[in-house]
Amino acid sequence: MSAPAAADGAPSGQQRPKGRFAETLSHARHIIGENPVTGLSFALFALLLLCAVFGPLLSPYDPLASDTVAALKPPSAHHWFGTDQLGRDILSRVLVATRLDMLIAILSVALVFFAGGLAGVAGVAAGFFGGWTDRIVGRVSDTIMAFPLFVLAMGIVAALGNTVTNIVITTAIINFPLYTRIVRAEANVRRNAGYVLAARLTGNSDTRIALTTILPNILPIMVVQMSLTMGYAILNAAGLSFIGLGVRPPAAEWGIMVAEGSAFIVSGEWWIALFPGLALMLAVFCFNLVGDGLRDIVDPLRRT
Amino acid sequence: MLKTIGDRILTTIPALIGVVLVSFLLTRVLPGDTAAYFAGPAATPQAIAEVKAKLGLDKPLPEQFAKYVVDLAHGDLGQSLTTGQPVLADLTSRLPASAELTLFGLILSLVIAIPLGVVAAVRQGSAVDHICRVVVTAGVSLPVFFTGLILVYVFYFILQWSPAPLGRIDVFATTPPTVTGFYLIDSLVVGDYEAFRSALSQMLLPGVTLAIFSLAPIARITRASMISALSAEFTRTAKASGLSPRRVIVTYALRNALLPVVTTLGMVFSFLLGANVLVEKVFAWPGVGSYAVEALIASDFAPVQGFVLAMAIIYVVLNLLIDLAYGVIDPRVRMSS
Repeated sequence: MSAPAAADGAPSGQQRPKGRFAETLSHARHIIGENPVTGLSFALFALLLLCAVFGPLLSPYDPLASDTVAALKPPSAHHWFGTDQLGRDILSRVLVATRLDMLIAILSVALVFFAGGLAGVAGVAAGFFGGWTDRIVGRVSDTIMAFPLFVLAMGIVAALGNTVTNIVITTAIINFPLYTRIVRAEANVRRNAGYVLAARLTGNSDTRIALTTILPNILPIMVVQMSLTMGYAILNAAGLSFIGLGVRPPAAEWGIMVAEGSAFIVSGEWWIALFPGLALMLAVFCFNLVGDGLRDIVDPLRRT
Repeated sequence: MLKTIGDRILTTIPALIGVVLVSFLLTRVLPGDTAAYFAGPAATPQAIAEVKAKLGLDKPLPEQFAKYVVDLAHGDLGQSLTTGQPVLADLTSRLPASAELTLFGLILSLVIAIPLGVVAAVRQGSAVDHICRVVVTAGVSLPVFFTGLILVYVFYFILQWSPAPLGRIDVFATTPPTVTGFYLIDSLVVGDYEAFRSALSQMLLPGVTLAIFSLAPIARITRASMISALSAEFTRTAKASGLSPRRVIVTYALRNALLPVVTTLGMVFSFLLGANVLVEKVFAWPGVGSYAVEALIASDFAPVQGFVLAMAIIYVVLNLLIDLAYGVIDPRVRMSS
């Protein structure tokens, strides 16, 4: 990439200098070895991805097939997680729902990663702050932050219409300020770094410096943020579908399944809401831990 | 001092303009054609055009915005189709229920989180520190509606300690006369202890649900800022001067450590006002959140938009109050500004 990055990748005193990738890998192995929770959370993340990809194949029953004879049965050998009010197998529904929930989280976070990242970089590029692009991005972020975020999400989905696409867009919008702020703060830290000054001295334009020198350096920090916001994204989407926005029945989605089960809690049928709720909790927990683990790998200064 | 307050109040104006602009935009991008929606499913194109003219939707956008702002200034947030009442009247009659619940949850969580964070910081690595870490991690991962449902199952269905999760007060208890709108206070004002007991037992589970949710950020910040305050030089001096540990921790360290906590309250309020909607749905709490949810289900959009706008304005005002409180607590902020 840029010349200084290659230069500091060659430690002296070693027989055979390792490549940057191999170095990162061994550092990652060190972090995971030091903190078993991080390793566990990476394994859990892999498991969630597997469920998202192969969920429909793994599920023992059709997630939408109702069986009124077997309705509201507690967990048993046939139905490990029990059945709901329509006799649908809850284990199958929880497994199949993984794909939709993960998809919403990943897509919305990817969207805000690009939108927020681009907006932030545009602000940086526009004469290193103080430019009108930076001011507009800042103003938009401030306006979004002036709302309680979940309430704003409710308003946007209600206005745009009740679809999964709109949930993804809305979740990206409410996370937007977080990303632009990170880009801004991290770029600000680096604006007077030696390699930025060197790039400027050799006659690069601001836009070029922002894109080829600063952006590659703050990318890892943004990736960490992606993992951390994924937990929030999934909670947000589940919360919205819990109050009847976004995903609609009979689709299998964790938030909506908890909402369906909530009517049966007072009469003691706990399993309908419990298992999707646990899946949701586990996913959020996993994303947060993966985020912390990634941060340890990427940004050793902020290790907790 | 007055000038500082005045300056700070002025800074909320851009935020308020932004909020009004966004809520105006949200009313204009209703699913499909707004006029067709209000005219009903069987309306002819002519009827739709009439409704359009009546609602002012045929005018250019800036003109519509001006009308929207004028309506807002008159407190007109539109009419709810389901209740048949003006949205503002509905919101004001339901706001005390939400405010009482949110404040109850917040106070509960402050009472638990601050001592927890302080002890975790003073005794790092102790059992309390580990409990604090578990609470912080769990609080972030638990979906608030799920916590509420678990509490209902355990304390209502299994243990039967709690009343049915249906509203603010037992159906057989008499509702206290409205003084503040807060049942806990109103029932005490008139000396109706039966109503107080009933209102408190209804409030406990949803309040605890909100408290669990907001515990995490408060405890985390308290612990972190307490740790840095304890290692600061003024704490060392206080210790070296032979002050009692209690005095050092409470008067010297805690007073300084509370400043970041006050700042975090802004973020906590953002979370709480959102979580409130979900908790109100779980506990059938007759507040503004469940009002908005009911309106959403009935595709009745005016109340939803009124709710979003009202919450945003409340949030802007809360942030203003937090900033002003910060100036009162920390004299350095006053002097520097």
